Amino acid sequence: MLEEIKAHITGVVFQVTTKAGDRVAAGDAVIVLESMKMEIPVEAPRSGAVKEIRVREGQTVQEGDVVAVLE
Amino acid sequence: MFRACRQLGLKTVAVFSEADRGALHVRDADEAVAIGGAPARESYLNAERILAAARHSRADAIHPGYGFLSENWRFADAVHQAGIEFIGPRPEAIRKMGDKIEARRLMAAAGVPVLPGSFEPVADVGGAEAVARDVGFPVFLKAAAGGGGIGIARVDKPTDLAGAFAMATRRAQAAFGTGELYIERYLERPRHVEIQVFGDSSGQIVHLYERECSIQRRHQKLVEESPAPNLPPPSKTGLASAAVAGARAIGYTNAGTMEFLVDEGGGFYFLEMNARLQVEHPVTEEVTGLDLVVAQLRVASGEPLPWSQSEIVQRRVAIECRVYAEDPSKGFLPSPGTVQRLDLPSGEGIRIESGVEAGSTVSVHYDSLLLKLIAHGATRQEALERMVNALDRCVVEGLQTTIPFLRRVVASDEFKAGRVHTQLLEQGAFNA
Repeated sequence: MLEEIKAHITGVVFQVTTKAGDRVAAGDAVIVLESMKMEIPVEAPRSGAVKEIRVREGQTVQEGDVVAVLE
Repeated sequence: MFRACRQLGLKTVAVFSEADRGALHVRDADEAVAIGGAPARESYLNAERILAAARHSRADAIHPGYGFLSENWRFADAVHQAGIEFIGPRPEAIRKMGDKIEARRLMAAAGVPVLPGSFEPVADVGGAEAVARDVGFPVFLKAAAGGGGIGIARVDKPTDLAGAFAMATRRAQAAFGTGELYIERYLERPRHVEIQVFGDSSGQIVHLYERECSIQRRHQKLVEESPAPNLPPPSKTGLASAAVAGARAIGYTNAGTMEFLVDEGGGFYFLEMNARLQVEHPVTEEVTGLDLVVAQLRVASGEPLPWSQSEIVQRRVAIECRVYAEDPSKGFLPSPGTVQRLDLPSGEGIRIESGVEAGSTVSVHYDSLLLKLIAHGATRQEALERMVNALDRCVVEGLQTTIPFLRRVVASDEFKAGRVHTQLLEQGAFNA
């Protein structure tokens, strides 16, 4: 089952810490956002394989934007 | 800053990024120069662009504010090289205090108490463990080039050290460009008390007493007040003399702050020196009735300190609350956006320093500080009542702010009794 991972805050993509095909556990950082001088990880809600990363480093994302898809 | 310049008849020039074209500080200045893109490294952290703006507007002096390049000794040096006055300490003093290990060494040599820990960078996990066993767990691992609470890791036991060391090194490397770490003993329930110091080019140094700043999240301050309540008199006088001795040892000029931890027995230890004006300087201004920014301008232009030590008196009590665009119900997550509505309190004993107005966009690119509320009174009770009222009347809509949290702090038994320490927040003392 596919699951979209959404940004929980508005920020700039600081680091893409995973890539398509990577296995992640619940709570792992899929990407790291930077907002207001703070680094905030966007975490995988469950374990699974990363199907797709939809953002690149330096890109601005709004709260609620899909940043990655888990399969 | 601009207010102080106007008072002295000086013209002002603001610099601004693309994100700040319509910002308050731009309209408030006599002139304004665009210096680049919204990300800080393209504008406010770009020394070349700022120097070019200074040359273009034929500025005589640069005030670095209290973020961005304000504690960057290379920037201060480049300003001097360009024949422009830097309103702050000499580059050499900024460099010495920016290296937190060198600062520990210099302060210890000047007779200022420092926390047990390392006086050299710890090279590896083994070296860290030797120091940590020596001073006793728990310890703090800190970035040598640190500050602002970034790159600090608490380590409770030897088996946690390897992981914490790797993490702290990585964070320090990312934030400061060097991964060097040092170790300090961890104190239980310490207070953060700092001393405002001021020096001039003739070598005269005074202090403007203390500020209590223990209410913090992420090792960053949320509430400050002066005088520090329930500070034992020997600690109060000891802190002030240690701060002056430390500042004198490095030939400090202009405004600076010596930060200390005070333990439950009243013993105190040097933490670090902020070689710049601080966010919370209005607290000291309201307590003493003295204008620190005007004094900065005068001292930078070569004048002597405008006050002698005996003229500096704590006349009133002042409390500052920092309103950040953060959501306290979600662990102080950033809350950028647009300020839809802004109602600011006013009245007897209330001072506001706001960087925003209704309609302001609060960008993801910069610090989340929106405004500062400062309340003063003849007594702590009066200042506290005014602060409670000010927080009740302060309305910010459009984004989440720290106001609900600040209301709980000033209503708490701990704060009302003046019995605070830096670990109250993590212990849940101010939870909803």
